[in-house]
Amino acid sequence: MAAWDDLTEGTKGPRREVGPLTRTDFVRYQGASGDFNPIHHDEEFAQSAGFPTVFSVGMLQAGILGCYCTDWLGAENVRAFAVQFREQVWPGDHLVCEATVARRFEEDGERRVELDLLVTREESGGAAIKGQATFVVP
Amino acid sequence: MVDKSKVGLHDDPAMMPIERGKIREFARACKSTNPEYLDAPTPVSPPTFLTTVNFWMGGGTSPLAQLDIDLRRLLHGGQAYVFHGPPPKAGTELTFQTRVDQIYEKAGRRGGTMTFVETVTEFRDAAGTLVAEARSTAIETGQAPTKEG
Repeated sequence: MAAWDDLTEGTKGPRREVGPLTRTDFVRYQGASGDFNPIHHDEEFAQSAGFPTVFSVGMLQAGILGCYCTDWLGAENVRAFAVQFREQVWPGDHLVCEATVARRFEEDGERRVELDLLVTREESGGAAIKGQATFVVP
Repeated sequence: MVDKSKVGLHDDPAMMPIERGKIREFARACKSTNPEYLDAPTPVSPPTFLTTVNFWMGGGTSPLAQLDIDLRRLLHGGQAYVFHGPPPKAGTELTFQTRVDQIYEKAGRRGGTMTFVETVTEFRDAAGTLVAEARSTAIETGQAPTKEG
């Protein structure tokens, strides 16, 4: 786990690559989360809605990003985590997770960092998720 | 079209146990290999774990489910969590309640109107202390987006 002295503005977490994501990954996440929107696993339903095929659950890539952050700064230390969904993620996509320290401060006697987060689709180079997180640093 | 008079609509409080096996299943589905989730006897939950509240709501009782949003035009715009301490641990029980916080419209980039619905779910421990909040932004698009969208 990263130490306070190593976390200054601009410090980057270790880059993580995930993928290729499969339909099985989508279904597995849907089972784990309880979100069974058929647009993520039912080919006919997705096509009837005008999509070329099924696409990933946004919260799957959000969950991958969240666990990426807690692997770096500790599961017990997260105090805020927010994502904004951009490009959809499709079967076969590889994702790259990145985190950058945006701010470092002390508040209520605790040391904290705010992170800027990004999930990029490797194939298109487009952002799948932009996000922010706050961690305490013991 | 979403009915704006539904702002303030909320469901009844319900209880959600935080379970070790569910945390393990969820962490694995999120590609985590972190022993803090997978091996600890009483793990904390991952940052987005409280989305599994869907299980406990069963779908039909969520105020969002009462807004008649067309699933084929529904996009998830964003999701935010705040934790007032470490994330909830396995073995704890939380009471949760969801309300419709805001409904507003924006013009879509390629025409049509997008309707944004923000719901907030509060999670409280047995003493009634607020331990976590989740804000979800759902978007009903004017038309189904394309792959290039």
